[in-house]
Amino acid sequence: MDFSLTKQEELFLKMIREFAEKEVKPLAADVDEEERFPMETVEKMGKIGLMGIPVPKQYGGQGGTNQIYTMAVEELSRVCATTGVIVSAHTSLCIAPILENGNEEQKMKYIPKLASGEWIGAFGLTEPNAGTDAAMQQTTAVDAGDKWILNGSKIFITNSGYAHVYIIMAMTDKSLGTKGISAFIVEDGMPGFSVGKKEKKMGIRGSATCELIFENCEVPKENLLGNLGKGFGIAMKTLDGGRIGIASQALGIAQGAMDETVKYTKERKQFGKSIASFQNTQFQMADLETKIQAARLLVRSAAYKKDQKLPYSADAAMCKLFAAETAMEVTTKAVQFHGGYGYTREYPVERMMRDAKITEIYEGTSEVQRMVIAGKLFK
Amino acid sequence: MNIVVCIKQVPDTTEIKINPATGTLIREGVPSIMNPDDKGGLEMALRLKDLYGANVTVITMGPPQADAILREAFAMGVDRTILLTDRKFAGADTLATSNALAAALKCLDYDLIITGRQAIDGDTAQVGPQMAEHLDLPQVSYVVDLKYEGRHVIVKKETEDGYQMLEAETPCVLTVLASANQARYMTVSGIMEAFDKEVEIWNVSKINVDEAKLGLAGSPTRVKSSFTKAQKGAGQVYEVDAEEAVGIIISKLQEKYII
Repeated sequence: MDFSLTKQEELFLKMIREFAEKEVKPLAADVDEEERFPMETVEKMGKIGLMGIPVPKQYGGQGGTNQIYTMAVEELSRVCATTGVIVSAHTSLCIAPILENGNEEQKMKYIPKLASGEWIGAFGLTEPNAGTDAAMQQTTAVDAGDKWILNGSKIFITNSGYAHVYIIMAMTDKSLGTKGISAFIVEDGMPGFSVGKKEKKMGIRGSATCELIFENCEVPKENLLGNLGKGFGIAMKTLDGGRIGIASQALGIAQGAMDETVKYTKERKQFGKSIASFQNTQFQMADLETKIQAARLLVRSAAYKKDQKLPYSADAAMCKLFAAETAMEVTTKAVQFHGGYGYTREYPVERMMRDAKITEIYEGTSEVQRMVIAGKLFK
Repeated sequence: MNIVVCIKQVPDTTEIKINPATGTLIREGVPSIMNPDDKGGLEMALRLKDLYGANVTVITMGPPQADAILREAFAMGVDRTILLTDRKFAGADTLATSNALAAALKCLDYDLIITGRQAIDGDTAQVGPQMAEHLDLPQVSYVVDLKYEGRHVIVKKETEDGYQMLEAETPCVLTVLASANQARYMTVSGIMEAFDKEVEIWNVSKINVDEAKLGLAGSPTRVKSSFTKAQKGAGQVYEVDAEEAVGIIISKLQEKYII
């Protein structure tokens, strides 16, 4: 078992850390404060290949690994969780399902523009009455000869409003339950498609999260993704991959809060010495550091399995569960170590604490991850 | 158009510490980086490549581990890399270094030779101009901008109090400042492929050079002594209005018999 980084991974880390430090970190507070989607960062990321890392070169991608992709999401999220989730949702939830389920025409039409960052991708499964119970889809797609007609709405859709391509789940046959759900590629601007209200969120405030509305939305026949009735499976498998991305985001947030806290506790003096010299600080920080490293190994292991094309569903659930809970714990304690200053926006840890919470909720709550893990255990 | 860029691997001096006992640099554990001025030069070459489709070759003289900056150069988009490495080059000062590099450059086709103004470990700013002399080529140092017009280049040279616009015939040697432009990031695909490409290894036998002019033997520079600058004491801050400030300054200068 080899835990060392490959030469490519080492070189990539050098690049992504410099990019995150110089291009992403300076914007993070403003992106949060103004609830602003950092389009200029997306353009820069597209230029250097960050919008299409684990995508084969023949589809205009970078020919990178999932391992490198997780490192990208981690390092971006270490300084700005909004930027991390833009890349994660785009790559794992839109590019991946097209790559894995699309036919050659669909791949050639959509992947190159997504992988270059010219187009942004998104994914729509959640509905007002279909959250964790995702099988309760109420959005419908009716075969109208030369096209599909979609009706219904989706909520909490990451990257919406800025995305050009959406992977949308809809019921094609209600009588079949989950086997009646199909996946569609919907483009921004298709007749009857619109983006609804934008959510005001606790964290990742620069990430665009909106409602999607389908009113007799006309989708070309050829935009059915995968076979008819296979949408639920596609969605579940897509979320398995997405969880590794969100785990990487959570890991990055935790690491970012750790970096800030190490720096602060060394500088902050109380009772005549740095608070880092107190054993309470040291012992708590040692525990947090250990959890961060454990989360990182779970993420690496899940990404390794995905790269090796081994089953990774439970691994993805475990790394997301553990990384998300670690992010919440580390950021909460980071604020505590910062004391009153940590509660103000002068320091980034309060933002990190707000950002961390969503990682326990989206792409499957922590409870869903436990269901997936237990499902494998008691199968 | 063929452009050769000469680069150097240097310790990251922003991370460097001084051994208080010996007064020398502690190099262990200090990360190595591509010299910033050289990176600025490389970026200038890559921009010419973007504009005119130039062929960019990068060469460095150094120990085998200098391979790292050549992989980085590949990931930034260069076409060819050469590592000039031989124990016979060890201990070279600027003259011996420029002799070796000039001999290697004679084996290559070039319309432009670009390098950084100076390296952050030595700060001599001599190797570029010396190479130009060995090759008998025109040279412009402290370049911050460049317009390529085929038979000649129009260069913007930074001086202490402004800029000069100069024209030079090609081929020529330009030494560039890091501040000339922000170097591009490596691309992900560039990184993925950087280790599959060949770094050409050249040793002394590959270049036509008088071995007496290489390494320690070819280096007339002798270090007489080195020392660490004593740290200045902490300054004193007065928050006063201008009139009072003038009074304080005058009395301080008088105390030291300066006025």
